[in-house]
Amino acid sequence: MTTDPTTADDPAALVWQPSARQRERDAYRRGRTRRSFAVAALSTVALTAVAVLGLVSSPGWPRVKASFFDPEVARASLPAVLDGLWLNVRVMAVSAVVILVVALLLALARTLPGPVFFPVRALATAYVDVFRGLPLILVLLLVGFGLPGLRLTGVPTSAVVLGGLALVLTYSAYVAEVFRAGIESVHPSQVAAARALGLSRGQSLRYVVLPQAVRRVVPPLLNDLVALSKDSGLISILGAIDAVRAAQIETARYANFTPYVVAGVLFVALTIPLTRLTDALARRSGWLGAQSAAMGGGAAR
Amino acid sequence: MSPRLPDPRLGRRLPAVPDAVRDEAAPLLSVQTVRKAFGAHVVLDDVSLDVHRHRVVALIGASGSGKSTLLRCVDLLEDVDDGVIELEGQDITDPRLDADAVRARIGMVFQAYNLFPHLRVLDNLTLAPRLVRRVPRAEAEERARAALERVGLARKAASFPDHLSGGEQQRVAIARALVMEPSILLLDEVTSALDPELVGEVLDLLADLKTSGMTMLLATHEMGFARDVADEVCFLHAGQVHERGPAHQVLGDPQRERTREFLRRVTG
Repeated sequence: MTTDPTTADDPAALVWQPSARQRERDAYRRGRTRRSFAVAALSTVALTAVAVLGLVSSPGWPRVKASFFDPEVARASLPAVLDGLWLNVRVMAVSAVVILVVALLLALARTLPGPVFFPVRALATAYVDVFRGLPLILVLLLVGFGLPGLRLTGVPTSAVVLGGLALVLTYSAYVAEVFRAGIESVHPSQVAAARALGLSRGQSLRYVVLPQAVRRVVPPLLNDLVALSKDSGLISILGAIDAVRAAQIETARYANFTPYVVAGVLFVALTIPLTRLTDALARRSGWLGAQSAAMGGGAAR
Repeated sequence: MSPRLPDPRLGRRLPAVPDAVRDEAAPLLSVQTVRKAFGAHVVLDDVSLDVHRHRVVALIGASGSGKSTLLRCVDLLEDVDDGVIELEGQDITDPRLDADAVRARIGMVFQAYNLFPHLRVLDNLTLAPRLVRRVPRAEAEERARAALERVGLARKAASFPDHLSGGEQQRVAIARALVMEPSILLLDEVTSALDPELVGEVLDLLADLKTSGMTMLLATHEMGFARDVADEVCFLHAGQVHERGPAHQVLGDPQRERTREFLRRVTG
């Protein structure tokens, strides 16, 4: 639908006033909106009240409150847990970059055509199969304790590096599948158009397919990033002093579980901005029914 | 225009067929001073037109003149910004009405067919009768086969839409609208996406529907078809009804300069 620039300046368009009937309709719709809002607000408050009351009135609540929600312990353990969280953030940031690169290479390897590339395709497929199937905690244990056991020179022994390596191994397999789904979602006619212009297969992939594929998979990628930020806490089982391990140490020191709650709150605070960013990107690319009617969108009501 | 007092029950359930239905002289569909704007862009500006029972009205006009938007407003896929649309004497733009129940009485066929690709042809046809009308599956399938027979595609019942030609897909889409036994059929440039040799089969079907008495409001670029099948032609320009009248008159002897200019451009 083309926009006629003259209509925007049309004086008739500017002086238009809604009719009495339309004003009455608008008032009715506003009333309905207010009512829905009130119902939603009321039910939220009621539900929260019931949950809080149920918690506070339970027989063990005074004990639980003292051992999980002690403000003194929370304040005292916060610096140590924050220090640990900083390690999580660094591990996450570095692994995320490596994961993206490895995963993209894996996805590309799986799309290579022809019998020549069969071994490459088969290797990539086998890799994805194995590391998507293995529980992350097993990979962490095998890498963390098995790799140093080989006593090869140059193999790192730091728990942080080995933990990061395990994260990369597992997450690359997941993210590779996300990339592959994106690549395969680009319509073949796009490749046909690129090849018709004389672009090589690689050029078509690089300049036509990948830009569209990557844009499409950004929200699921961010979803994996959120999962990664939490799973970075698992490197604590190798002995790295991250937020989870720090909370464990503090818990032992004060004989009180509050540091775990502190760590939990910090992890949530870390992932919320990521989740909101995912939502915003999804809306911008027209998901969640945000498509405009001009594109043949759904029904208004 | 004073606001009519609302019946509080209307939000829950549609009344039985309104009294006006029995008044054969009243228009089946009446669009009155409808306005629709997207932001600052006024797409429909004070549009009024009537469609009488068993009549075919063709909307013509350039891309962006508001034809599709008018059809989408009639099918309540868009809320109007002002004005009234009455179907069988009932104000369907009233926000208290259950819009889904109104849409079930109106058939809509889209330019790009909009068949459900994950369902076989027969299931495309039975979906709405079963979910909306609660028709038992066996009966719904029987009716669907009859509708497919009518559009000449009985042998395609078990196919998926992807395996049909464009013309066949559009005929399935028309059959899908027909099984709901709509009061009126809205057709939005239903031949625009078709190869020239497939246009004929769809237009033949529409002419056949007219003969059987179906009321239709259609947006079209096929001037020959509008001349042959439409009783009335309505030329939309810049969101307004610029000229309307009997098809042979508007297309054969247009009174307004813009209509003449438009017809010169499309007929070459």
